Amino acid sequence: MIYAGAAAALLLALALALARAVLGPTVFDRVQAANTIGTLAVLLLAVYGFLTGRPDFLDLAITYGILNVIGTIAVLKFFSYGDLGEPGEDAEDART
Amino acid sequence: MSAAAVMAHWAGWVCLAAGAFFCVTGCLGLARLPDFYTRLHGASVTDTLGAGLVLLGLMLHAGLTLVTVKLAFIGLLLFFTSPTATHALAKAALTRGLRPLLGSEEAPRSKP
Repeated sequence: MIYAGAAAALLLALALALARAVLGPTVFDRVQAANTIGTLAVLLLAVYGFLTGRPDFLDLAITYGILNVIGTIAVLKFFSYGDLGEPGEDAEDART
Repeated sequence: MSAAAVMAHWAGWVCLAAGAFFCVTGCLGLARLPDFYTRLHGASVTDTLGAGLVLLGLMLHAGLTLVTVKLAFIGLLLFFTSPTATHALAKAALTRGLRPLLGSEEAPRSKP
């Protein structure tokens, strides 16, 4: 069954992206890995809907895609403020 | 089953297999490449070729139904947001002083 094979391949890709999110030395690596995990989750939901013969799962995939848009906006906000939430700066903000 | 339907079915299989292959390849690059900017390149393979081919394969299997419209909507969403996020990330990393990994010209060559 090709759907099961595609779902297994997507799960393998998810595991690799998760490894980068855990290992990533900088915060940018983690954000990029989270973005990739979001994309892969949308694809996995779509494929799983076909695998079980219930394409209703596509609605969940659309919802997850829109949540990914919100993640994108959060990344853009990070960029425009130039602040990526380092612990030291948070403590500074709390004092002032 | 008409000939066109059989063709669409097999084309969908090929697209799904290729999309899954590109997803794994892109994430392998995301996990294995040495530098943040090269990892962005690996992740963009997943976002464009992988997602596009998987969704195209599912569309070919679904035929002309509401499911295809939903799949097209998901594809459009990913098509617009993923490059935006990648661009913002690369710019943010460069602004924060993360230097790309460059090969130095003085380094001894491995080949004579």
